[in-house]
Amino acid sequence: MWRDLHRWAAAHYGADPLHLLALIACFALAGYAASRVVVAGVWVGFLIWFVGAAIFHDLVLLPLYAVADVATRSVSRRLPAGGAGWPRWTNYVRVPLGLSGLLLLVWFPLILRGSQHEYRKAVGLDTSPYLGHWLLVTGVLFAGSALSYAVRVRRASRREHRRANLTNRRTRR
Amino acid sequence: MTRENAPTEGRRSRSWRPRIPTLPEDPPPGPFRPEFWRSPIRGPWLTSVLGLILLVGVPIVAITGLLSYAAYNPWLPLNDLTPGKGLLGFYLFDWPTNPPWLYRLTQGTHVVLGLTLFPVLLAKLWSVIPKLFAWPPVRSAAQALERASLLLLVGGAVFEFVTGILNIQLFYVFPFSFYPAHLYGAWIFLGALAVHVALKMPRVVSTLRTRGLRDLRTNLADTRPEPPDTSGLVSPAPAPPTISRRGLLAFAGGGALTVFALSVGQSIDGWLRRTALLAPHGRVYGTGPNDFQVNKTAASVGIVTAQTGDAWRLEVMGPHPVRLSRADLLAMPLYTYALPIACVEGWSTQREWTGVRLADLARMAGAAPGDTQVVVRSLQRGGVFSRVTLSARQVADPRSLLALRVGGADLSLDHGYPARIIVPNAPGVHNTKWVRMLEFGPVTA
Repeated sequence: MWRDLHRWAAAHYGADPLHLLALIACFALAGYAASRVVVAGVWVGFLIWFVGAAIFHDLVLLPLYAVADVATRSVSRRLPAGGAGWPRWTNYVRVPLGLSGLLLLVWFPLILRGSQHEYRKAVGLDTSPYLGHWLLVTGVLFAGSALSYAVRVRRASRREHRRANLTNRRTRR
Repeated sequence: MTRENAPTEGRRSRSWRPRIPTLPEDPPPGPFRPEFWRSPIRGPWLTSVLGLILLVGVPIVAITGLLSYAAYNPWLPLNDLTPGKGLLGFYLFDWPTNPPWLYRLTQGTHVVLGLTLFPVLLAKLWSVIPKLFAWPPVRSAAQALERASLLLLVGGAVFEFVTGILNIQLFYVFPFSFYPAHLYGAWIFLGALAVHVALKMPRVVSTLRTRGLRDLRTNLADTRPEPPDTSGLVSPAPAPPTISRRGLLAFAGGGALTVFALSVGQSIDGWLRRTALLAPHGRVYGTGPNDFQVNKTAASVGIVTAQTGDAWRLEVMGPHPVRLSRADLLAMPLYTYALPIACVEGWSTQREWTGVRLADLARMAGAAPGDTQVVVRSLQRGGVFSRVTLSARQVADPRSLLALRVGGADLSLDHGYPARIIVPNAPGVHNTKWVRMLEFGPVTA
């Protein structure tokens, strides 16, 4: 009987019967939680924010940072690093830029002072220091990245130098 | 016909993809074509590793979150902020007063670990984005149902992280109360997550079995696309790599570490607190005994000094009601305990509180600690936390105080002068400030 069920599910459903069972359980729980949302009287806003969260991430946020990344890469292709043998700088811009953007994404209500009113009421202080904190952290991230790039360039040029010396010696012999 | 001439055609090795006879037509241009997605590092291995990291972290965030709900003792009158929860509160229990730092730990973990996992979640969603545009959109009933569950998964994940992140910054832009939305959203997310894990785990296991962890040692020069497979993640037209897989993991991990390092200080005392540069409640007020985090100023809830001056009296209701002035309270036996105050928003700090035991006040009103719970009412006008019920266990704990002083000084107005509640291991909002009435009564639940 199990085998029949299996065959039927494979033909008409497209997967294992357990697959169907798991998804039914998932939707049952979601449906029950949704009914609690209705009881709480907030279902319209909840639905908009729930579906909006997925749409915002997949169709707004991700394309935005992907385009920013494509732009960074294309600039780095057109503006190659200073000397021969210098490593590419793409990731040395990408990483601090990405981390700084991440911090802004998480903390923008404080950094851009969107929550100033409620924050002042609750905490008794101003949100004004956060912009400075974010800029400071951004500066440190870029400085750290520049430093590690400089270290890499130095290492690469030393290697280049050594190689050149080696070949010189060989040719002299 | 134009597609046959497309330059990418030569690189598209379609032979490995299952040919499905019901394929209605070729995908429309753009993201629906697999060759649109060119990252050479996307693939089941990367997604599996990111998924496993989340699989460790998200359950911890979920359990600590559900514990936070239990910490409110919502089974007591006045305490439940989600009275329509139904079966979704099946796990509730009498919240303990020991260890006193438990809520500090669990809620600090909930908030800080949630923040820390956010970059990993973004990386995970990035790694699977081609699947959103899979063509044809529906191949079978099974696939349609699974995709619908992914809306619950992705919507739920982003919803939970976003509402939590906005709420701790007091950025109340959502058109609903935070508590029910975050709790019910969590259940939808967790249900979809459990099914997703069950359905995908075999692939994760087989991917890690065959590929192992060698990509953690592979640098950029040696980075190659994963072999073509049926996952829909591997690009059929990969661009040259600009970052290795371990580089991307380090990037996501670096994001997690950055967010963590700049926020964890708000749950720690001492000089480390100053590291909380990007955390809403890691602020420094000064060096005095009252210079610690405030989360509701007196002014914001309409408390004026006229109410808290010499005319203030504490009404203690019970079999033998009494009215006490602050001087009366100071004349009672006072006790000092070092106890943390830990907020649902994740921040916490330990202070030395001095005050009268709630159990002593209960006895004074003719109630027996152990069989007595108390409704605490504040001078604060309105607001869900202007009144709260403390359990019999909380009343009976000798460290549960009606605090009058902190760090040896009188409470400041913003910290609840003339008197506030401090209960070991209770969520911060249950440590009611500006107390005006204690109603001791028999246990109701």
